[in-house]
Amino acid sequence: MDDFLHMGGYARFVWPSYGIALAVLIWNVWSALRLHASALERALRRVAMDQSQTTEPASIHAPARTGEAP
Amino acid sequence: MATWTWFHKLSSPPHFYRIAGRLIPWFAIPAALLIVGGIYGGLVRAPADYQQGDAFRIVYVHAPAAWLSLMCYTTMAAAAAVGLVWRIKLAHALAAATAPIGASFALLCLATGSLWGRPMWGTWWEWDARLTSQLILFFLYLGYMALRSAFDDLQRADRASAVLAIVGVVNVPIIHFSVYWWNSLHQGSTVLRKGGPAMPPSMLIPLLMCLGGFTLLYAALVCIRVRGEVLVRERNAAWLRELGPV
Amino acid sequence: MTGLSTGLGRAAWLVFERDVRLAFRRWEQVTHPVVFFVMVASLFPLALSPEPSLLRSIAPGVVWVAALLSSMLALDSLFRADLEDGTLEQLTLSGQPLGWLLLAKTLAHWCLSGVPLVVAAPLVAEALAAPGGSIGVLMTALLLGTGVLSFLGAVGAALTLGSRRGSVLLSLLVLPLAMPVLIFGARATDLAMRGETATGPLLLLAAMLILAVTLSPLAAAAAVRISLE
Repeated sequence: MDDFLHMGGYARFVWPSYGIALAVLIWNVWSALRLHASALERALRRVAMDQSQTTEPASIHAPARTGEAP
Repeated sequence: MATWTWFHKLSSPPHFYRIAGRLIPWFAIPAALLIVGGIYGGLVRAPADYQQGDAFRIVYVHAPAAWLSLMCYTTMAAAAAVGLVWRIKLAHALAAATAPIGASFALLCLATGSLWGRPMWGTWWEWDARLTSQLILFFLYLGYMALRSAFDDLQRADRASAVLAIVGVVNVPIIHFSVYWWNSLHQGSTVLRKGGPAMPPSMLIPLLMCLGGFTLLYAALVCIRVRGEVLVRERNAAWLRELGPV
Repeated sequence: MTGLSTGLGRAAWLVFERDVRLAFRRWEQVTHPVVFFVMVASLFPLALSPEPSLLRSIAPGVVWVAALLSSMLALDSLFRADLEDGTLEQLTLSGQPLGWLLLAKTLAHWCLSGVPLVVAAPLVAEALAAPGGSIGVLMTALLLGTGVLSFLGAVGAALTLGSRRGSVLLSLLVLPLAMPVLIFGARATDLAMRGETATGPLLLLAAMLILAVTLSPLAAAAAVRISLE
């Protein structure tokens, strides 16, 4: 095990390399998932807002509101 | 013409969104297996190199990173060209999605290359053709992403950055062939050469696994990212309603 | 412009001649980049050391970095005035091939910004203790290199037309593409200073110039159209 960690004397080059590689992989996965999640959240919110406007019952505060931007 | 209709359907955003979503595990799981297997094979099972000792094991992250950085730029430029010429929004989305992935791997290539070069050549950096071209590639990625973010209008951003990507693609063959054109510190190709690979199988197989694994990982990542890009670009499309509360 | 009756040659000449004529009215457009070039080059002996042997060794690099930065500065004048007064739109609508007209514009820009640098180069080389015999190669290399920079810069300038963070973004876009010019230009100068033949890098610079002249107008035209949408 010690030999493995020691990497024939090159440990301080090999392990940081793999560490950076792992960091890059993790960042890529996290960043991609985050992009999709936030885009999805915003899209769903927009859809919900559109739907609430079109299905809104006639209000007692006549006249009905029209063409309100989300 | 069945393939053409398939392609045409694929370029429709809602269709792509669904298909990409289903493809993700088919890319991600083999990618994970190949990468873990390849790294294990490279770190544990492969013998130490005769000349370079255990330092050569860095190749198992360095070579896939280099490959991916070049492949991503080419994909980005090709997608940008398709988007520009045929005005397909999805192609622009693909280019936008690929850029940060490629940039991160270009940086990984530079970092691991530097860490590998230090014990081998005695220097953290050397301004030879391949390293310099790789650095330029990294800057090209940054320039592309910077140009994108300079525009508020997404369509303008797509089209302007497409022109930039195409102009920069000239750098890719230069990087690949630089090792042959100029005497370089960087070693020549060890896998793609006449007479077959110069590596024994115990070293070669983990490398191929890592190369394949990283490529599949790219495919999975790009599916996720393009789905996100599609959602941003399809602001008011009716099909979004069918997404429902996921 | 009477698009139908004006031939390509005449159209190009009209664009070229107009840019040169306008530049003579705003003389600082031409002189500022040259002054910048000389000043930046002089910063190095001041900051490092005026010792001739040191200066001689850094002279090729310093001249080229200064030339590169000066070119970036000069790119601002390529499209800005024409964008603001609507001439750029007129060029796009003129019925002439836009790429061809932009070629003429960029040629004019090269004559106005690159050639003055070449003329100023002996001055700078002298200040940096460069051996006399290398001046010829330096000037040739700079002539070729500034050409490539003008044409690459035209694409970058077209892409960042009217953008708020224009000039910094422009540098970010053009500098990576311009690095090969820097590498080969500095190499040619370095070889010449050592008394060796510099034909290799010079030919590469010439090849880059030909590539840039033929391809960049197309990219720049596409970029201008996108920016004017």
